[in-house]
Amino acid sequence: MSAVELSAVELVERPRRISTRLLRSELRLIFGRRRNIAGFGVLASVPVIIAVAIAITGPPGAEDGPLFSQVTSNGLFVGLVALGLELPLFLPLAVAAISGDSVAGEANLGTLRYLLAVPVHRARMLAVKYLAIVIFTVAAVLFVAAVGVLLGLLLFGAGPVTLLSGTQIGTAEGLGRLLLICGYLSVCLAALGAIGLFISTLTEQPIGATIAIVGLAVISQILDNIPAVSAIHPYLPTHYWLAFGDLLRDPISTDLLTTGLLSAAAYAAIFWTAAWARFAGKDVTS
Amino acid sequence: MTAAAIQSRADKLDSARQLAVSSSGLTKRFRGGQVAVDHIDLEVEAGSVYGFLGPNGSGKTTTIRMLLGLIRPTAGTHTLLGKSIPERSGEVLPHIGSLVEGPAFHPYLSGRDNLRRLDAADRHADPRTARVRIGAALDRVGLTAAAGKRYRNYSLGMRQRLGICAALLQPRQLLILDEPTNGLDPQGTREVRSLVIDLAASGVTVLLSTHLLAEVEQICSHVGVMHRGRLVAQSSLTELRAGSAPRVHVETADPALAQRCLVRLRLGDPLVDETGVSAELGSADPAAVVSALVHDGVRVRAFGVRVPDLEDLFVGLTGEGFDVSG
Repeated sequence: MSAVELSAVELVERPRRISTRLLRSELRLIFGRRRNIAGFGVLASVPVIIAVAIAITGPPGAEDGPLFSQVTSNGLFVGLVALGLELPLFLPLAVAAISGDSVAGEANLGTLRYLLAVPVHRARMLAVKYLAIVIFTVAAVLFVAAVGVLLGLLLFGAGPVTLLSGTQIGTAEGLGRLLLICGYLSVCLAALGAIGLFISTLTEQPIGATIAIVGLAVISQILDNIPAVSAIHPYLPTHYWLAFGDLLRDPISTDLLTTGLLSAAAYAAIFWTAAWARFAGKDVTS
Repeated sequence: MTAAAIQSRADKLDSARQLAVSSSGLTKRFRGGQVAVDHIDLEVEAGSVYGFLGPNGSGKTTTIRMLLGLIRPTAGTHTLLGKSIPERSGEVLPHIGSLVEGPAFHPYLSGRDNLRRLDAADRHADPRTARVRIGAALDRVGLTAAAGKRYRNYSLGMRQRLGICAALLQPRQLLILDEPTNGLDPQGTREVRSLVIDLAASGVTVLLSTHLLAEVEQICSHVGVMHRGRLVAQSSLTELRAGSAPRVHVETADPALAQRCLVRLRLGDPLVDETGVSAELGSADPAAVVSALVHDGVRVRAFGVRVPDLEDLFVGLTGEGFDVSG
């Protein structure tokens, strides 16, 4: 039997439809990389600094804001305050580092051509890369919250949580609210991850992609603070991020949150599609 | 006839001729307007070891990238194992191992972990046999001892071996190897060449690009010669050698006299060079040629009959040697 006839026989075998191996490999790459482990250290530094600083200087006063002032009455607030402080820069930076590296990093190393020759279909590759970005984003947000909560409970203990609307809830419900906030912020940041995935398909320089993504997130926040351009505010990718505060009201005010989730979903869909449009027919010369 | 019907007919024709790789008018023009590959019609017979020969910059790697679907041809079509690319890449590529423009791996992963990642990416690969297959492939290229080292600490030769190793993670029907001996020391070069010979003996078709004529002479059954983006020759080595006529070389201080004598003897293509005269021997008897020369009063200093080697043939085809960067 000739090699060609043989191929006709063997090519009938079907690949496994669903395989998580590539995704798991992707996650091992992300979470096993020293640079990223160091990044988690940076993310952890903020809740640590908050907790230690307050433990040393004593309880903050009411003038420090509704969240800060509660830190000593309930350790949960360390996690909450840390998330709030990391939201403008550190969390976007973490997402930008991973998403900027996703395609551009493989192109830069040359491993992209070998993945495609395995073969990994280009759509599957983008899907797996994006899924890994989303998982990383959730992990990063939960990590900041968890470090804050653990350290806060350790240093300040648990206690009643006073919501922004004045109602008091117990620690368990407070923890539930914190998890909802983590979920909301993950969705917002995952949309930034989709923008990052798209930018990553434009270049072979992962650092350049990362800088562009961070720049975009920062410029969006600056524009959001300029009243003269208020007409474009609702369309900015970061506009609804701070709506997470609404999850601390009683009852939860869902208007902004819903719009925020829709905005994030729209950004994710548009930029994933843009990444596909760019990557599907791209000549891989790296 | 629909496009699909035409394609299926083309597929059948290819498999009738048993071509592992076939292209028709394959062309790549880059955005700058530079034509890297110009209408090439490759025909790699199943079971052959096809030497894709050409100086650096002649379009070999661009062709290989097009074959694997990494870059899109500006014009032309091609098939691998009888299936057209890129439409049926998903079916065909699992049966093809490749090395394209040198190895590329994650520097901070070990050699073995890099192979695991590639195997994980392959939906046709059975995860239960991954460990055994990776071990066997490492063994085959002599990297077992270094498998746990980070790739960044590998020497150039080890990197090249790991690249070949990755192409051998599965049983393949076609190997496309771009300069597989690049960067290897003489010992490594010998090992890779004998590996290619072994693989070919087991029925794998090999398309091997190289700028080394000696490599083609040692291990290839067929050759395609690239020159400035064009495929200037393609045939089996046997045919190529058969087509090359032996020539007589006369070293003499009387070139004009000698040339007249060779013309009188009806030898083909008589040429004067700096040492004397040469011509195609044809069916003439060399002894008779010598005596005729002496009889004509040519002062013969040396006389020889030489079959042109491949290098002469290729210089004839491309007009330049093979160390020259195009």
